[in-house]
Amino acid sequence: MIPAGFDYVRAESAEHALALLAEHGDEAKLLAGGHSLLPLMKLRLAVPGVLVDIAHIDELRYIRVEGDEVAIGALTRDRELERSELLQSEVPLLAHVAAQVGDPQVRARGTLGGSLVHGDSASDLPTAVLALGGSLVIQGPAGTRTVAAGDFFQGFFTTAVGEDELLTEIRLPRTGGLGWAYEKFTRRANDWPIVSAAVVDGRVALANSGPTVLRAAATEAALASGASNADAAAVADEGTSPSADMHGGVEYRRHLTRTLVGRALDTASA
Amino acid sequence: MDVTMTVNGVESTRDVEARTLLVHHLRENLDLRAANVGCDTSSCGACTVLLDGEAVKSCTVLAAQAAGSEVTTVEGLAAADGTMHPVQAAFRAEHGLQCGFCTPGMVMATVSLLRDNPSPTERQVREGLEGNLCRCTGYHNIVRAALAAAETQKPVSA
Ligand SMILES: Cc1cc2nc3c(=O)[nH]c(=O)nc-3n(C[C@H](O)[C@H](O)[C@H](O)COP(=O)(O)OP(=O)(O)OC[C@H]3O[C@@H](n4cnc5c(N)ncnc54)[C@H](O)[C@@H]3O)c2cc1C
Ligand code: FES
Ligand code: FES
Repeated sequence: MIPAGFDYVRAESAEHALALLAEHGDEAKLLAGGHSLLPLMKLRLAVPGVLVDIAHIDELRYIRVEGDEVAIGALTRDRELERSELLQSEVPLLAHVAAQVGDPQVRARGTLGGSLVHGDSASDLPTAVLALGGSLVIQGPAGTRTVAAGDFFQGFFTTAVGEDELLTEIRLPRTGGLGWAYEKFTRRANDWPIVSAAVVDGRVALANSGPTVLRAAATEAALASGASNADAAAVADEGTSPSADMHGGVEYRRHLTRTLVGRALDTASA
Repeated sequence: MDVTMTVNGVESTRDVEARTLLVHHLRENLDLRAANVGCDTSSCGACTVLLDGEAVKSCTVLAAQAAGSEVTTVEGLAAADGTMHPVQAAFRAEHGLQCGFCTPGMVMATVSLLRDNPSPTERQVREGLEGNLCRCTGYHNIVRAALAAAETQKPVSA
């Protein structure tokens, strides 16, 4: 499978990438690790006229502490997240989840920003970022704006990043001292979650339980009012809208959601 | 567009279409046939090569993305005098292949795995080779080969 023809341009900086997007309009697409975009292009589900390769913008690859947050450049690769000692101590949930994405070859290419902007409800890193709270820094023609993680994932493969914008940074609270857990259920190695649950600091986020990654609001409310983990987990599927596919029906997924949230809450509070 | 990269230590420049995948560039433009196309969907790992030292699936990387980089394929592993790389030798000794289709990818993934972790446990080997499928399902000997290669590599890296 070979994608349809396109022009390839390498962006040298964030400003250069934005200028190229402005120049080519909706013909252009950004290319980071390419491990979501190129498969779509091979299937001709995406047919951009121009690919703007941002993978070489090294100024957007970093992990550093800034006050009570950790700032991560959008082009930081899964591999770098997984191995970062700084993340392991300051935001261990993210380092752990990065190590669960696909397989080593996929993690060598995939980027945090690419995974977030791709916005697949069935993906690992968006679930973790949603559970962690924090905020996302987006740069565009009108300047830079910051969006809360809860407002970032807007719908089916749709995020707050516009076609002429660039996600530049992910800011996460330092949660190193808090209990956390990630429970991911897959049918085989190196796969996307059928359902997964991320828990940290009273927030619970779910993958593949609706059109976008979402918070288990009923569970969070129950926890806040002092419910036991078991009682809070029993309502974890409230407000979710999973769809049936070859991996299982709706009831099966709801059951899985309650089970995984229960396990994650127990681990996080152990 | 002109794409220049260093493959197995040799720099080459070719005029390629932007949509050319790295695996096709290696096979068709540079006549290096070790990297195989199995699934074409980044699942099987048969197309695994090293890109700047890291294992990647070359069916999901554009040749243009690899411009300016170093690429290593199985063809570039043996020493100039033909002495096999320890990983190649271990695959042979432990019978880590049946039809051999997955083998180039398995070997490259193993080289990368051992570079990151010279003394892996069996579990770490299995996790490190998660992205590679063997349709002959010969995993047992492949894992043994990886562990054996780690043993032979040890004195070298010590
Ligand atoms: C075999 C395989 C297995 C996988 N398994 C998993 C898995 O288990 N779990 C999981 O979560 N994911 C999985 N993935 C997806 C993988 O993690 C992707 O790499 C990731 O989702 C996308 O990151 P990328 O850097 O490759 O983005 P790309 O594919 O380059 O881009 C994705 C989208 O985001 C846009 N984009 C990228 N970066 C930016 C930016 N900074 N600003 C604005 N827009 C941007 C692009 O234009 C494109 O629309 C798998 C992929 C493969 C091929
Ligand atoms: S051909 Fe590339 S992973 Fe299967
Ligand atoms: S030896 Fe045949 S595919 Fe692995």
